[in-house]
Amino acid sequence: MDEGLKSELQKQGVFTTTLESLYNWGRLNSVWPLQFGLACCAIEMIATTMARYDLARFGAEVFRPSPRQADLMIVAGTVTKKMAPQVVRLYNQMGEPKYVIAMGACAISGGPFKQGYNVLKGIDRYIPVDVHIPGCPPRPEALIHAFMTLQQKISDQRLTGAQRPRHLNADAQSEFPVPKFGEHDLEPASNADVWSAPAFVR
Amino acid sequence: MSIVAEMPSKNFELLSKDGDGELLEIAMGPHHPSTHGVFRMDVVLDGERVVKLKPVFGYLHRNHEKIAEGTTYLGSMPYTDRLDYFCSLTNNWAYALAVEKLAGLQVPERAEYIRVITAELTRLQNHACLMGFLVQDMGASGTPLMYAFREREKILDLFESLTGARMMCNYMRFGGCRCDLPAGWLDGAKKVVAETPRFIDEFEALLAGNEILMARTQNVGAMSRELAINASITGPMLRAAGVNYDLRKVDRYGIYDRFQFKVPLGDHGDTYDRYMVRVLEMRETVKILEQALAGISDGPIIDPKAKLRGFRPKVGEAYGRIEAPKGELGFYLISDGGPNPYRYRVRPPSLINLTVLEDLCLGQLVADVVVILGSVDIVLGEVDR
Repeated sequence: MDEGLKSELQKQGVFTTTLESLYNWGRLNSVWPLQFGLACCAIEMIATTMARYDLARFGAEVFRPSPRQADLMIVAGTVTKKMAPQVVRLYNQMGEPKYVIAMGACAISGGPFKQGYNVLKGIDRYIPVDVHIPGCPPRPEALIHAFMTLQQKISDQRLTGAQRPRHLNADAQSEFPVPKFGEHDLEPASNADVWSAPAFVR
Repeated sequence: MSIVAEMPSKNFELLSKDGDGELLEIAMGPHHPSTHGVFRMDVVLDGERVVKLKPVFGYLHRNHEKIAEGTTYLGSMPYTDRLDYFCSLTNNWAYALAVEKLAGLQVPERAEYIRVITAELTRLQNHACLMGFLVQDMGASGTPLMYAFREREKILDLFESLTGARMMCNYMRFGGCRCDLPAGWLDGAKKVVAETPRFIDEFEALLAGNEILMARTQNVGAMSRELAINASITGPMLRAAGVNYDLRKVDRYGIYDRFQFKVPLGDHGDTYDRYMVRVLEMRETVKILEQALAGISDGPIIDPKAKLRGFRPKVGEAYGRIEAPKGELGFYLISDGGPNPYRYRVRPPSLINLTVLEDLCLGQLVADVVVILGSVDIVLGEVDR
């Protein structure tokens, strides 16, 4: 619709919108995160919800302890190989539509502990991640920025067509395989559907 | 695509028991809102009473000690921040103390004062947050924790202007500190310290006489003097059981012999005492801070003999320990003369205080397990390392 006509109609008290933007507007302002802290970044995540940074401004102050009631998983901290299966299982238990923010260097790539034998080198090896925030730990402002990026992403989603999100596509995969403890490492070492090793360009 | 979704085999299991009823074994954690991180307790319940409790660690094992053995002495300093991520500056101090013993470095007076000020500020914010989380665990969702974090943010602003980071300060160096105080920092610190008693009064008026808090904490998880000593418990948990042992008085490391302060002790060793000991300790911390902020003088902040590059202490071993907010934090180092330690060992107060968890919880209600765990004051980064 023409933006000028839309604006002119608004002056007359007629609001026009599309079902798509109404639907996305509702969803992006009521994202409930999972109350799920792993390590240091979880403290900054808690600080973000407190009075000074006030995540409630974005409709996201309701941290739910149960994955069944949550829309967003903030992977806040180091994911160890012992913890990785539970993280994937929690993600599988969340209902669609669901989103993931990988908060901090450890959740992105293993961070300062990457050389450790027990540290997973990024949670995006097993589950699809929507927003990555670097930092060790990221400041609360960075988490808020990630949140706004996610809201932008939600508002840009189409209801129909090939670009429609996963929860509107009956064929799309919603649960991801939980890695098992193998003899030396997690098996499989990564999920090929969501992650592939970066190609070196020389 | 096959989906592996079987549940852990021992999540819910009914165990038969001779005599009355049945026992139920449940796994609390690793994803449980009360466990302060990723920690699992396998609890066996008879009705609502705890019959057996097995802590399961290792969900945050980040190979701290192994990484430290492969990196230089100074390279481990940022890793110590991430041990107990509430108290990075006290972790820095304990590690610096151990290396200074190993290398025979002297810390200038101004640096000692800065260390005391930053460590005591760390203690203030740790205890404030602990109390907020403890009350949150009892069901007072949000409000007390918001009060505590309001106080914490003031202290974190000081840390940020001094070190550049809110949480991971990486500030102390062997033989001193990394950089001098910025202009106006001492005035800002004095202002924060002057406001703190009002916060403690407010928090105490809100909570200490609260009927629900007393009902949930008094005579819950009582620990005897003997158990506390035998299990080598340290910190506020030990003092709540009535044992007068504070490394700031015993070791008098740094310049703690210059300050007048008392060591608060508990009578019963229950959860309420552990809570109150921390409240009183905050008041004593304010006294230390006032004295330190008044007594600090100008001077160098690092030992001129300290080498940042090519640092190789002579062959030997050293153990440095301080009174961290959670208890005795020690670092044990063995040097073989190389640029990195041959052996690097952390004595984490959280882990050792956690070993008595089963003794405290036996016979209590399952809801009290959460409160007892909160009063132990653990941080999983330090427990699992």
